Amino acid sequence: MIMLGIGFHKAFENRTRLGIMSALSVNEKLDFNALKEYLKVTDGNLASHLKALEKEDFIRFEKQFVERKPNTAYYITQAGKDAFATHVRALEQLIQAQRSV
Amino acid sequence: MNKNQDYISDIAAIRVMMERTSKFLSLSGWAGVMAGLYALVGAYLAYQLAGFVPPKTLLTVVDPTETGFLFSVAIAIAVLLFSILTAAYLSQRRAERKGESIRNSSSKQMLRYMSTPLVAGGLLTIILLLQGLAAFAAPLTLLFYGLSLFNASHFTFSELRYLGFLLIILGLSSVLAPRLGLLFWAIGFGLLHIVYGVYIHMKYQR
Repeated sequence: MIMLGIGFHKAFENRTRLGIMSALSVNEKLDFNALKEYLKVTDGNLASHLKALEKEDFIRFEKQFVERKPNTAYYITQAGKDAFATHVRALEQLIQAQRSV
Repeated sequence: MNKNQDYISDIAAIRVMMERTSKFLSLSGWAGVMAGLYALVGAYLAYQLAGFVPPKTLLTVVDPTETGFLFSVAIAIAVLLFSILTAAYLSQRRAERKGESIRNSSSKQMLRYMSTPLVAGGLLTIILLLQGLAAFAAPLTLLFYGLSLFNASHFTFSELRYLGFLLIILGLSSVLAPRLGLLFWAIGFGLLHIVYGVYIHMKYQR
């Protein structure tokens, strides 16, 4: 049972961060406002979770101008993809293990 | 056991978020039904009232200033406009009910991928129509619309792919029967839209 804990990442314990990673894993990039709309969170809340994921090098951002307005686009990194995939696999294994008990 | 429920709801949340951010699922089934009805009415009007004359062969050249021809083109454009407006309105309503917007990243992606083949095909059709090659209108509009739906299906209900396939097949077959162009057009844009719309409504939106 102890082995099953491997693969979980602390960064994904929070639902908003899990949501950010899910959204970015199926999109090439998403801007701040799109993420905010999908996750239904406040600016400050989203910004702090994005920063936390950035610190882990799971996501990266690019500042750009869209119709002359500043806009920040977020991308998932390879490290982020790997960590997220491992996390999802760990979740699935745990659920499997519980079911077969 | 409580912990396990957390994992299950984590997995569920991941799935929901992946789908919501990559697919535009507010596309209304009723919009398909309405578009189909407009197309059937349009085809009927063109056939009965506008004096639509089926081209004898694929290469029959008609006079592009002839009234029957102009009326038929005008009806087709009206059908297109009404269909787009209805789809936008009904999808907006669906999205609002779910607290979402129809102008989100997945709808923009869908429209981008949809419009490229559609505009290319539309321009080609217009160029040929201006030269009086009326028989190409039905096959080309069916074919390019089918391609654009096939593209769009990556960003919305995957069933849209089958509608795209069927339209492509209809478009290609109608090249072989230029006299039946209007009939093929009515089946593709009318009947298939209605069947698809009802299916989506029953399956996802009831």
